[in-house]
Amino acid sequence: MLLFALRRVAFGLVLFVIVSFTTMFLLSFSFDSIIGSKLGSAANVDSIAAMKADLGLDRSVPVLYAEWFRGVLHGDLGASFFTGEPVTEALPSRLAVTLSVVGPAMIISALIALFLGVLAATRGGWVDKTAQGMMLTGYLVPNLLIAIVLVVVFAVNLGWFPATGFTSFAEDPAEWARSITLPVITMAFGGAASMANQVRGTMIDELRKDYVRTLRTRGVSARAIVIRHALRNSAGPALTVFGLTFITLFGSALFIEQVFALPGFGTYSFNVALQGDFPVLMGLTAFGVGLTIGVNLLIDLANGWLNPKARQY
Amino acid sequence: MSTPTAPVAVPALALEDEPAEVRRGALQRLVRDPQAVITGLIILTFVVLGLLANVIPQHGPNEARFEAINLPIGSPDYPLGGDYAGRDILARLLHSINTAMVSGLIGASIALVVGTTLGLVGGYFNRFRTPVEWGATILQTFPGMLLLIVLMPLTGGDFRWTMAIFGFLLTPGIYRIVRNQTVGVSRELYVDAARVSGVTDMRILGRHILSVVRGPVIVATTFLFGSAIGVQSGLAYLGVGSKEIPSFGAMISDGFRNIYIAPGQYIWPAVALGVLNGAFVLFGNALRDTFEGSQPKAEKITATAVADDFEAETADGTGALLEVRDLGIAYRSPSGELNEVVRGVSLTVRMGETLGLVGESGSGKTQTAFGVLGVLPTEAVVTRGSVVLAGRQILGAPQAELNKLRGSEIAYIPQEPMSNLDPVYTIGSQLVEGIRVSTGLSKAKAKERALELLERVGIPDPQRTFRSYPHEISGGMAQRVLIAGAVAPKPKLLIADEPTTALDVTVQADILDLLRDLQAEMGMGIVLVTHNFGVVADSCTSLAVMQGGEVVETGATIDVFAQPQHPYTSMLLGSILDEDTIRDDSAMVLVADGKDPR
Repeated sequence: MLLFALRRVAFGLVLFVIVSFTTMFLLSFSFDSIIGSKLGSAANVDSIAAMKADLGLDRSVPVLYAEWFRGVLHGDLGASFFTGEPVTEALPSRLAVTLSVVGPAMIISALIALFLGVLAATRGGWVDKTAQGMMLTGYLVPNLLIAIVLVVVFAVNLGWFPATGFTSFAEDPAEWARSITLPVITMAFGGAASMANQVRGTMIDELRKDYVRTLRTRGVSARAIVIRHALRNSAGPALTVFGLTFITLFGSALFIEQVFALPGFGTYSFNVALQGDFPVLMGLTAFGVGLTIGVNLLIDLANGWLNPKARQY
Repeated sequence: MSTPTAPVAVPALALEDEPAEVRRGALQRLVRDPQAVITGLIILTFVVLGLLANVIPQHGPNEARFEAINLPIGSPDYPLGGDYAGRDILARLLHSINTAMVSGLIGASIALVVGTTLGLVGGYFNRFRTPVEWGATILQTFPGMLLLIVLMPLTGGDFRWTMAIFGFLLTPGIYRIVRNQTVGVSRELYVDAARVSGVTDMRILGRHILSVVRGPVIVATTFLFGSAIGVQSGLAYLGVGSKEIPSFGAMISDGFRNIYIAPGQYIWPAVALGVLNGAFVLFGNALRDTFEGSQPKAEKITATAVADDFEAETADGTGALLEVRDLGIAYRSPSGELNEVVRGVSLTVRMGETLGLVGESGSGKTQTAFGVLGVLPTEAVVTRGSVVLAGRQILGAPQAELNKLRGSEIAYIPQEPMSNLDPVYTIGSQLVEGIRVSTGLSKAKAKERALELLERVGIPDPQRTFRSYPHEISGGMAQRVLIAGAVAPKPKLLIADEPTTALDVTVQADILDLLRDLQAEMGMGIVLVTHNFGVVADSCTSLAVMQGGEVVETGATIDVFAQPQHPYTSMLLGSILDEDTIRDDSAMVLVADGKDPR
């Protein structure tokens, strides 16, 4: 198990290097336009070249990357080209906002998915049909539309929740809850749908397996078969999808934070990308890649722990 | 060496014709499916409207006129009104359809082409498997949405470039589907046969493998088309990309900001986006049902369904342990009528007696066994008859009552030992669970009993096996464990469904001996389901021969072997003799077929 974990960590590190290097390489094509926008009206061939040398962007990508990666290892991601704010200070406050939306959304949608998926798989009939209809609706309706309908109905027309803006938990917990309600519902909608569908599918597959029949012939109750056996065997695949959904929710934060004007990671990324703020963009990439690799690593380890067969490695 | 190639070439040839057949069938089913037809027509309507974007409206999508600002619906020349900048909403809506379709086409076709190629190469050629897998993992690690935004300086705001990048990000999804299918197919015998007979790799990939992966890939592509449209709209809503390009997302954003002045403007693009996206998802769903067959249905764990007019007969004691009379089991056809697979089966088993239930596969013997145990699949319906166990009618009994009987009076040994153990629990915990359910013993007592049983069924190191997981023991050991679990509560009746078929020949005899010993010890009645007359001759006091869901002959084993009455029985017995004649050739032929060489 330890060897398995070490191998996965090493694998993750290699992935991190490849993906962040590729991103830096792709970004390097737009260095000129980034500096052009920083210089504004003073931009010309000479001033761009001078500033490029000044910022060290005239060096080759491998050299730039080596320097950046050394910084990552020391916890230093550089500073914004535009505000001078260190990246390691700029990111956490924005992430806190995003996490306070993504976290509750993830928990709520996972609970809904488990409940709906297990119910649909074990009841069948009209319960299953209704649950499947709900899942399909979650797929069908784009996130953006849900956000807009929620804002129009509950914020603009009914005035129950603020349409936009964010209050931090420390400032006022009640206002915080009000400010994240609509974004959380929006996120949970699509997330719950795909996870519930997965839980339902795996549970149906498990309940059709031979060992379930044998357990029945031993007089084990239906409830024990569903909870102790089928659900436990479904945990691995379900966990994988839960992890992927968590990553997807971070991606959808980019849209949802804009609609609700939340000052989070998504809004920040968007503004930074418009400016082409290279050090911050690389910092965001490092975070995004790290998140994906970290979540996948946790899923792998959890799956290894859940599955007796995989524990041997 | 020329002779062996002939028989293997036949299936390879036969299979080349099959995909065309399948495709024709799939298309026919598709046009009969209302969901596919309706959603397909919706998509087609959108395409046509998009193509007419320069014909229907009077204005260009970016033509802004002061007098058209916020015009209401139904204004002359502006059927859907004008937006905040004085542009024709209808014109922008129709052009947005084209933007959406182009986005879908770029995103989905890149994912399709790259993903399919990688999947075929990675799945078929062993030497490329690892690098391709790495490539897919790397693509999957890119933080998708973030990357699209981070690379804005690079794409320069052209949505087509953005969608091309998005297409690459979608690639791993298609790749995994194609690779898994390809790995599966390339292990098939007919592919091996084609390879051996000199068909080139390219031809095998194109002819045999592509035809198998085609269905799932088409389905996945439909979904990707929808998600590409959704992502493009989302990005346009954010303002990523050129303002010149009309898009649902940009229109929603414009209309939304204008909501207090002209509240209806965001509705048109929102509805269009919702309907188009929905049509793609539902069309994909319909495609999946056609290509991959209907998905497995959810089912409730419950007592077997009985037919509407079913009425269990009252139990009248004949003294037998198990008395099955006129049992009928049916499955519902797609059109709703019941097709009986077990047709009026009657059996009798006395204490201490072993009944062999013999027949070819598909003769209904396993269905009969499941019917007696009450564990038929949910689709099955009991149509008639009676099952009396120790004087009690158990057919149609409620689940709670059956649960009490199971484990204590009636027990079951399955055919395939490995799949009948839960892989995530130790052998010990599974045995203890069953013992506690049927006897109500404490955990410690149940463990003691489980260890005793493991020893009794001939497991050399009970302590170790108790702690082992199913994958850590052999098939023969697993079957002994299952026998231990079945006989733990000293049942009166044991139903064994081909208990030796999945085992090595050397183990088969031991398992039969074990069953015989346990029977002598506990006085159980046994129903032994088998297709093997050797096993019957070896272990059964009487036998029932089944064919086509009916019992065609019953009697004491000795009598039936000496003087079979039914032609089918004679034929089955005759086929053993035939095999005997080739036995001098190689006894291993019998062994390989799972026949008992004795």
